[in-house]
Amino acid sequence: MLKVDKLKVCYGNIDALKDISFEVKKGEIISLIGANGAGKSTTLRAISGLLRPKSGDIFFENKSIKALPPHEIVRLGLLQSPEGRGIFANLTVLENLEMGAYTRKDSKELIKKDMEHVFALFPRVKERLKQVAGTLSGGEQQMLAMSRALMGKPKLLLLDEPSLGLAPQIVETIFNIIKKINSEGVTILLVEQNAAQALKISHRAYVIETGNVVMTGLGSELLVSPKVREAYLGG
Amino acid sequence: MEEFIQHLINGLSLGSIYALIALGYTMVYGILQLINFAHSDVYMMGAFIGLYSSRFLGIQEKPGLLSFISVLFISMVGCSIVGFLIERLAYRPLRGAPKLNALITAIGVSLFLQYSGQIVFGATPQSFPNILEDADLLALGGVHLTLFDVTIFMTTLSLMLILRYIINSTKLGKAMRAVSYNGQWASLMGIPVNKIISMTFIIGSALAAAGGILVGMKYPKIEPLMGTMIGLKAFVAAVLGGIGNISGAVLGAMIMGIAEEFVVGYGASTYRDALAFGILILILLFRPAGILGKLNVEKV
Ligand SMILES: Nc1ncnc2c1ncn2[C@@H]1O[C@H](COP(=O)(O)OP(=O)(O)OP(=O)(O)O)[C@@H](O)[C@H]1O
Ligand SMILES: [Mg+2]
Repeated sequence: MLKVDKLKVCYGNIDALKDISFEVKKGEIISLIGANGAGKSTTLRAISGLLRPKSGDIFFENKSIKALPPHEIVRLGLLQSPEGRGIFANLTVLENLEMGAYTRKDSKELIKKDMEHVFALFPRVKERLKQVAGTLSGGEQQMLAMSRALMGKPKLLLLDEPSLGLAPQIVETIFNIIKKINSEGVTILLVEQNAAQALKISHRAYVIETGNVVMTGLGSELLVSPKVREAYLGG
Repeated sequence: MEEFIQHLINGLSLGSIYALIALGYTMVYGILQLINFAHSDVYMMGAFIGLYSSRFLGIQEKPGLLSFISVLFISMVGCSIVGFLIERLAYRPLRGAPKLNALITAIGVSLFLQYSGQIVFGATPQSFPNILEDADLLALGGVHLTLFDVTIFMTTLSLMLILRYIINSTKLGKAMRAVSYNGQWASLMGIPVNKIISMTFIIGSALAAAGGILVGMKYPKIEPLMGTMIGLKAFVAAVLGGIGNISGAVLGAMIMGIAEEFVVGYGASTYRDALAFGILILILLFRPAGILGKLNVEKV
């Protein structure tokens, strides 16, 4: 479904990604794990078209998307919930959700129905529809960010650190919901600091170090790999 | 008392005109953090499009509501195109470049419009056609409420209500607010940011055109440099209200208009233009974010 091929991305003359290749198949949950500054967010930004790769290519459903602007990539069904949540603090919760559905041409009723479906996953979001999103708590903002991305009916959903800064119980909930979303047919590419949790729910994972993919395997394999345990799971 | 009410009427009328122009500054600033210096010249273009279109339509001396509305409409459409082209040709290629580059370009576009205006329209002031006949609607003692005042006020009010509807309740308006909060995030939701920016210029320019027509009617001499002073005042009004803030621009403009009328009315007309700068200095000293503006506080 998504194929990243020898991707190289620079900020000015700093190489942030040197040689990143990986693949996400339909129906999978794939994790990218790695230390701070390894290049995980940069990878997601390049996939979404926010950064232009210096070389390499990105294919979504067998079509190169490397040269497309971000909003056209969204139209193809590839959505990202960015690092830091990216909610529009000056809009209400409901308006944020409407922005998630921006590209859809579906009828109001259908969109409303999908919204109800999203509320079933995130009941808290429904309680706060009229509230200005900037006044939500951190956890609520994260739930809104994911709800909003789901409103776009993604085929592939990129999640950049959905558990960042959340209390342990909420982290648990978020990971359960990710699994649920996946079981409903959404393919997921997940970037996480919380490597243990991420590996547990992932089919496969890639380990990124300073702009290179250094290791890959099944989630369950990496979870018990001594190298991964030492570097990312605290021994 | 009568004098006071008269000044208030004049002030609201002047403030309405400032508001129409201030909105364009504030909307563009809100979305691009760019002070669009060329905006005051779009307003000037609005007045000239009004002049030429009424000649072309042969209604330059056929005053009436229909003439007024047709000229207003044509000028708004014309300026929308001008505003669209300015953004497309001058500012868009610089997106991503340092903000200062865009600012200098804005000054360049402004000068370009002013001096091509002098070449094309001529530098001598021209009379604006009589598209609406002024009359006293109400004369109570010394207080006069003229048809022009009411027209200016009603036109502004209707345009503001339309604008408010667009910003608050339409998909376009919500997208505009999303882009002004964070363009990258907006693009991740599939919002075509460039298109939204174009629409912002189109709307702001159309409002400025209305300002140009109303000023042409009320102070019926127009010339290619007419935008400079009024543009500066409208800009100060936008800063006073809190640049980037829509209601702030209207509030700031009304305060400016009323303050100016009172300064003139109570004998200090030499200070008419100095007032704007006085206000600007005071805000920068005491409340740099403006009356309704918030200094950027972001929640992490
Ligand atoms: N806008 C930028 N300009 C210059 N360098 C950048 C920029 N953004 C990121 N970098 C650098 O690129 C490298 C990769 O950053 P990236 O944000 O992709 O890391 P990450 O793996 O997501 O880390 P984290 O887990 O901390 O979020 C880092 O060294 C970072 O300093
Ligand atoms: Mg990151």
